[in-house]
Amino acid sequence: MSLFDKFLPIQEARNELLKSGVNPFHVTVEKIISPTEAIINGRKTILVGTNNYLGLTFHPDSILAAQQALAQEGTGTTGSRMANGSFASHNALEKAIADFYGAPYAIVFSTGYQANLGVLSALAGPGDTILIDGDSHASIYDGCRLGGAEIIRFKHNDVADLEKRLRRLGDRSYRTLIVVEGIYSMLGDRAPLAEIVEVKKKYGATLIVDEAHSLGVLGQHGRGLAEETGVEQDVDCIVGTFSKSLGSTGGFGISFHPEFELIRYTSRPYIFTASPCPSVVASTRATIRIIQTQPELRQHLWTNSQNLYEGLTKSGYMLGAEVGPIIAAMVPNKELALAMWQQLLENGIYVNLMIPPATPNGECLLRCSVSAAHTHEQIENIIAAFADMSHGTQTHISPAHVQPGATLN
Amino acid sequence: MMSYSAILPQLFDTLKPFTKPGFQLKEQTELVAELGLDSLQVMQVLLKIEDHFDISIPLNNLPNIRTVKDLGEEIEKLLKG
Ligand SMILES: Cc1ncc(COP(=O)(O)O)c(C=O)c1O
Repeated sequence: MSLFDKFLPIQEARNELLKSGVNPFHVTVEKIISPTEAIINGRKTILVGTNNYLGLTFHPDSILAAQQALAQEGTGTTGSRMANGSFASHNALEKAIADFYGAPYAIVFSTGYQANLGVLSALAGPGDTILIDGDSHASIYDGCRLGGAEIIRFKHNDVADLEKRLRRLGDRSYRTLIVVEGIYSMLGDRAPLAEIVEVKKKYGATLIVDEAHSLGVLGQHGRGLAEETGVEQDVDCIVGTFSKSLGSTGGFGISFHPEFELIRYTSRPYIFTASPCPSVVASTRATIRIIQTQPELRQHLWTNSQNLYEGLTKSGYMLGAEVGPIIAAMVPNKELALAMWQQLLENGIYVNLMIPPATPNGECLLRCSVSAAHTHEQIENIIAAFADMSHGTQTHISPAHVQPGATLN
Repeated sequence: MMSYSAILPQLFDTLKPFTKPGFQLKEQTELVAELGLDSLQVMQVLLKIEDHFDISIPLNNLPNIRTVKDLGEEIEKLLKG
């Protein structure tokens, strides 16, 4: 027995995938052309699985800002902010985020993953309790573990189950952190935030919302689900990422609580990693400005989402949630999902293949993420490629094929 | 306060629907290995047990729960508060 034996099952699973000719979890983008197009396997491909919701990765303002920062501030910071000091641009980015949310306190992290690790582990430690939604992103699970709090999972988007668990905690509910996401990344459904805010108030708990997929997407100003729901004052903290709608990398947390500022001194994922590099900080600052000044981007995103949603529904696909930029077509099994994913790629469409254990309820998904930068024609092409499969192969997809949470008995 | 010996029969009853016909549940039965539960089914079993005993089993404690006995003892501990 060696340490490496545990990789055998993974190797077998990978070899099984490779038999199909491609590895959906190791795709090479040979050349990226634009926010919505790339060369993959020598073929021009429409990208509809990149979380590039506002299509800002090639925005000229953002590129120029990054180039200038690169020339003036160099390629990297070579250390953490606590040890090496913050660049003025780090502070300016934090101010930009704070202003955007109208919140007094903001902290920037090197990635969204680290923002969750940093904020969750700092807020809830030994003796505290965290209540997390069962469909939470891996970074939420990992952040909870890092802090050492007691972790309790509630049924996905089930406020009655959440309330039951708060009640069971008794007095401990006052030292409990509830963690939910604005839009859930796999199926694209949203947290029932108004109801969650009510129970959090009733039990005196603290609430944090991860707006990774809803920043720039929901709310009149693009601040996310809390804005859309009108409960920003009742949410204790928001975390998010720059890696999706802002087309950059990095993460952040904001709060109205003055103690939040002290996370800087206690949070290992903030202290023990290099700070974001200047070009990334500059492009993020540029795109934060863009989402505030160009609300029409959000309008495009929603028009495209509506069109794709309707097109796929008409073709007979069963979709994961209401209309939104994450549109996940449910497929009855892994083999079919892989075959369909591959056929889409051969037809020049890149979506995400999502299979258990990464998915809720053991679902197999062809997950699309729509961009404001998709043209009407691209959306039509995507719909046509999906429609082609539902008729061309014997794979008629209907709700009857899908049994979420199929049980033993 | 419910004792382990009072918990056990209720635990057997709750787990029964998740076993194959004719399977004899014992204290030493391994939940994942012997019942062949996948992660989804484990979650369903836990939800049922949690509702039945009106408790929440922390995720932190799951790695230590292998057998029916481990689960019964965890429930006893949580009921004691
Ligand atoms: C809900 C959620 N939180 C956090 C992250 C992590 O963000 P990042 O890619 O910036 O590390 C992601 C994205 O992968 C996510 O979906």
